[in-house]
Amino acid sequence: MTFDPVPFWVSTQLGLWVTAILLITCFPLAWVLAKSPGGWVPWIESTTSLPLVLSPTVLGFYLLLLLSPQGPVGDFFMRTFHIRLAFSFPGIVLAGCVSSLPFMLTALKTGIQSVPTQLLEASYTLGKGRFTTIARVVLPNMKGALVAGIVNTFAHTIGEFGVVLMIGGSIPGVTKVVSIAVYERVESLNFGAAHVYAAILVILSYSGMLLLNLVQRREARR
Amino acid sequence: MLSISFGKELKGGCAPEGGRSFRLEVDIPVQEGSFLGILGPSGSGKTTLLRGLAGLYRPDSGCISLGDHTWYDSSSRVFVPPRLRPVGLVFQDYALFPNMTVYGNVQYATGDHARTMELLELVRMDAQARHFPRELSGGQRQRTALARALGRKPLLLLLDEPLSALDEELRLSLREELRRIQRETGVTAILVSHSRDDVFRLCDEVIELEAGQVRKPGRAGPVG
Repeated sequence: MTFDPVPFWVSTQLGLWVTAILLITCFPLAWVLAKSPGGWVPWIESTTSLPLVLSPTVLGFYLLLLLSPQGPVGDFFMRTFHIRLAFSFPGIVLAGCVSSLPFMLTALKTGIQSVPTQLLEASYTLGKGRFTTIARVVLPNMKGALVAGIVNTFAHTIGEFGVVLMIGGSIPGVTKVVSIAVYERVESLNFGAAHVYAAILVILSYSGMLLLNLVQRREARR
Repeated sequence: MLSISFGKELKGGCAPEGGRSFRLEVDIPVQEGSFLGILGPSGSGKTTLLRGLAGLYRPDSGCISLGDHTWYDSSSRVFVPPRLRPVGLVFQDYALFPNMTVYGNVQYATGDHARTMELLELVRMDAQARHFPRELSGGQRQRTALARALGRKPLLLLLDEPLSALDEELRLSLREELRRIQRETGVTAILVSHSRDDVFRLCDEVIELEAGQVRKPGRAGPVG
């Protein structure tokens, strides 16, 4: 049985990058979606929820068309930043962001909606601006949703298979993530190694879910 | 002198009472340092008026000014946002920040330890400074909300039914305390309530709102 830890390192890096990027970029969007009464909201929400229901291979196929050097996004990155997206780590990070977007966005939007508007209004009447209000009132009172967004996004990303395989292939040390390593071990009938990878992934995911439930339970008691 | 000229169309779902539409039209002067009571049934526009004064609601027309400072003027399109108005607002359900202690809630407004402790002593909450809102009784929450609203040294204190959620005994004792604190601080205060007893016992001047219109302007007198 051969066990290569590198896919775990790649998956962990991928999970951290995607979670960090989505945490920062989704908050303003979640805020707008949570606070806007606009009729356009369902259109945006349907678009951002698509990765939940689309087959990962379908999503991966369209992303490949966009991110390949001939595609508009791939061409832009290549020309502007000299970064090749297809079959590269930045490419799977971008694909992971698209694929895990609904997990972070939904959690943040639910969290923002759970903070009573009166708390925001109270903060404004106490002389605070929006930034201070978000940092000191909104975020601390939506801890459960923040943890849910982070855990779900990270867990979903490290378990990602189809989209990563379509965009990144299986380049050892670059784009070969744990789920791809499991698939390759099974294909080569190396069930022992597959078991090790799969079991670690299960333990990691279970730990994340346990953490999430413990935090949400504690928040519910407050 | 606080000058309030306030017009707001409350329609459909925005109207507080069962979606019935009406126009809130208030035009009143308030003496500085006085305690104005606004009486009225639910849905008469009392809270909308208070929120408008705090800057949380934008009137359709009119002018709101305190001394030389104009907070809202529809003709010159002036609208000062709530954070820039020297106003303290006590919400009906107090709206204390659940993630902060009593001290934290007040300190959030004052930004200063000495002033925070001074206010907590004023409302007799210094012994509960480390408690979280969930650990407080209704009366203690009300006092904390009052201390927090006074934190910025407001020129105008707005009280939205602050006694309505309290039992009779507590309501009577806090009513006296509210009057004491208003006199001690000298802040101009406006109380909205549907309780005639509270308003007439607390306030120097009383007006009555009915479906958005001032019906019975008058001076406070004995109840009953």
